[in-house]
Amino acid sequence: MSSTAERAPRYIDAINQALAEAMAEDDTVVVIGIDVGAGEGIFRVTRGLFERFGPERVIDTPISEMGYVGAAVGAAMTGLRPIVEIMFMDFLGVCLDPIMNQAAKLPYMTAGALSVPIVFRTQTGAGRSAGAQHSQSLEAMLAHVPGLKVVMPATVTDAHDLLLAAVRDPDPVVYVENRRLYATRARLDRDPLPLGVARVAAVGEDVTVVTWGQSLRECLTAAEGGSPSLEVVDLRSLVPLDMETVLASVRKTGRLLVVHEAVQDFGAGAEIAARVADELFDDLRAPVRRLGAPAVPMPFSPDLERALLPSAVAIAAVAEKLTRES
Amino acid sequence: MSHPDPSGAPVVDPAASAPLESLFASMALIRAFETRVAELYRDGEIPGFVHTSLGQEAVAAGVGLALRPDDYLATTHRGHGHCLAKGVDVDGMMAELFAKATGLCRGKGGSMHVADPRLGVLGANAIVGASMPLAVGAGLSSKLRRQDRVAVAFFGEGAVNQGMFHEAMNLAAIWDAPVVFVCENNVYAEFTDSRTMSRVPRVADRAAAYGIAASTVDGNDVEAVHAAAQEAVERCRVARGPFLLEAETYRSHGHYEGDAQPYKPAEESDAWGALDPLSIAEGRLLERGAGSAQRLAAVRSRARERVEAAVERARAAPPPAPEEAYEHVFHG
Repeated sequence: MSSTAERAPRYIDAINQALAEAMAEDDTVVVIGIDVGAGEGIFRVTRGLFERFGPERVIDTPISEMGYVGAAVGAAMTGLRPIVEIMFMDFLGVCLDPIMNQAAKLPYMTAGALSVPIVFRTQTGAGRSAGAQHSQSLEAMLAHVPGLKVVMPATVTDAHDLLLAAVRDPDPVVYVENRRLYATRARLDRDPLPLGVARVAAVGEDVTVVTWGQSLRECLTAAEGGSPSLEVVDLRSLVPLDMETVLASVRKTGRLLVVHEAVQDFGAGAEIAARVADELFDDLRAPVRRLGAPAVPMPFSPDLERALLPSAVAIAAVAEKLTRES
Repeated sequence: MSHPDPSGAPVVDPAASAPLESLFASMALIRAFETRVAELYRDGEIPGFVHTSLGQEAVAAGVGLALRPDDYLATTHRGHGHCLAKGVDVDGMMAELFAKATGLCRGKGGSMHVADPRLGVLGANAIVGASMPLAVGAGLSSKLRRQDRVAVAFFGEGAVNQGMFHEAMNLAAIWDAPVVFVCENNVYAEFTDSRTMSRVPRVADRAAAYGIAASTVDGNDVEAVHAAAQEAVERCRVARGPFLLEAETYRSHGHYEGDAQPYKPAEESDAWGALDPLSIAEGRLLERGAGSAQRLAAVRSRARERVEAAVERARAAPPPAPEEAYEHVFHG
């Protein structure tokens, strides 16, 4: 590794930097969550913030997600811009009401009289033997609720830029990190893409591969083989969903494969597949394919876990099969 | 019953109390509004579900008149009275219940979601218990922004077995958030006698578990509610932490309009009927020579006229335009 690469920030540093920038530029921004203060966060994402901004802006909470996430929503309705941490995405199970019934609904139900500028920061990431209650990618469940924006940064740059965009956004945004990306390093791009715009991460000709989050790495590895030639689209956010970029790519390649770490059944891949089928039925040269985790809870065993998650090898194989089907 | 207050003497100036006449007028407006809404719902003019607060007017008026216009209020599916007592516009509320374009929420909220942030009203809420964490957040926001606004969470005794009650109480305590938790103990949690759903009959007794001061008050005595609410609100305003106020009252009507209430013993309804909060206030005003029967009847009559005018305006208003359905999902 070169010295330049060593100095490039990690994904986790980019999040930390964005948190500090957001807090520095707007003193109504507060960070709320379990262990986020003096403890610096379970993965040390919030390190240094408590020291710099103090206990009134980096607020430790009891293990009480329904209470503090609900309070954060109340604070967002009354002049603060909270970044509230849900330590593992699985813990949405104990605090869905303030997200789904309050933050997502109140602006609409009050015809815009109330706004809820809040970021629900959470992380997921199977592949670390965390077990079935610490490994779920539940983004489709959230994207299904009107009123929530859902962003899934796959790169170091997006870890930074999408978090800042989420904080500045007037609406509730769920920002989902992937802990398997925390240690990845890259220089930040100078010109941030706005929230809601997908990015063509690899240009190709034969198959469009749409993905987000950690799966981007697997897709890019699959694309390195060069044959078939894969065009990899990193969605960056599920809501808003940038179908224009997806459709433009599929118009070119005539083939679509959607890849995600989340369970395939009833996943976001189905939504994208349906939209492409709606819009581009005549342009498709092969059936639309999806590749996600099978519909089983994530097992503990590293061997079993590896077998379930979409790999670069599996992605390349499905893509290759698609080119033979047309 | 009152838990000892470690922080000392009362903070309320008794001279600052709202006079009983004002409390009575506020109750009369709520009574007129709820009575008319129940009729309109029965007649099919108001869609959806309607939960009236008939019989509980003293809690709304007593607390509402203890608040400043900029104080926050989060309430429940049974929240019409709380909103009216906080000063929310009668026309805007009635039009909202009628699902009209002129409604406070342009017909997208309805009876269970009336809100008016200009008056700190963060909304009625159809999730039992949800008012509490939201009010804690509003209190936290007030505190961190160096304001002295107080947040009130209304909820019923049916909500105290929700985890949200426990979590919100604990958070308010550790954050010293200026939140007054007002439990309207109206005996029934939807269709169920709440005394059968907890081994702790008094909600206020639970406050000790969180290190929160609390008291129980006769919820049909508007002066008693008002005095207790003022005390609680002013404590919060001078940064002495949250307070739980339990007001014992009774839900005259069903859980929702149309509920046949087979679960309520007749003698119980009769006994509480004799404790009507408006009659109690009227009797007291007459006894003190503070108003003639005629004058009090005129207060009630003006309230009914005000509500009727709102009904006429709501009837005449247009429904929301179809495109309204797609607006306000997002701000940006």
